[in-house]
Amino acid sequence: MSDLSHHTRYHPRWYRRRMSVWWWLKNRAYSKFVLRELTSVFVALFAILFLWQLRALAHGPDAYAQFTARLKAPLFLTIDTVAFLFVLFHTITWFNLTPTAMVVRVRGKRVPDKIVAGSNYIVWVLLSGIVAWILTRG
Amino acid sequence: MTERLTPFLWILFSLGGTIAAFLFPVHLFLGGLAFPLGWLDAPSYEALRGLVQHPVVRLYLFVVISLPLFHWAHRFRYTLYDGLQLYHLTVLIAVLCYGAALVGTAVAAYTLWNLA
Repeated sequence: MSDLSHHTRYHPRWYRRRMSVWWWLKNRAYSKFVLRELTSVFVALFAILFLWQLRALAHGPDAYAQFTARLKAPLFLTIDTVAFLFVLFHTITWFNLTPTAMVVRVRGKRVPDKIVAGSNYIVWVLLSGIVAWILTRG
Repeated sequence: MTERLTPFLWILFSLGGTIAAFLFPVHLFLGGLAFPLGWLDAPSYEALRGLVQHPVVRLYLFVVISLPLFHWAHRFRYTLYDGLQLYHLTVLIAVLCYGAALVGTAVAAYTLWNLA
């Protein structure tokens, strides 16, 4: 993420080669970076879907039944599958970045990256289990 | 103004990213795949209405919807900025992204308030 240097319309022109908008396809690492950045679109998509479900819930049993029926349509199942894969990619890249973003020290010694990232995965499994238990206990 | 807002927006980005990382896969897997496909029994309308009566559940739902929207706003803003090189639209993109997250937050608050 670049710092916002202010662009002005009548900026003095220095020599700059035009970059293709597809610069990120030329290199695997760049493609991975752009895919990672695009996970945010699916994060937002799911947040909106979740909100939509709550609105259906607020509108009564009929509206909610209509909503759940819609989720069974192939279009929604496809969207949800793609969104799930992107959200999973977000989770993995986010967890693996934590040791870089947050250095944990115990008695002055840096906790190894693998332990910091690994503890995220343990908490993730626990939280997922709790959510699944609450929603499926009947 | 923007200089003072940036750290705050970055905190929202990182909180929202953390919440989405921990909780979105399970909610998306259950709500979007396991329940519609019948792999698991979906909770009934009455059960869900009962669940959202609890203020802690409503607070949870508010946070789980609102903060990831700000995560999206912040990240997507820079994706457009860097990816599509829309340098002259910086202000418009920022207003649209954070504005959309604010609207989503307001709708979430209103919906959850009325669900009680």
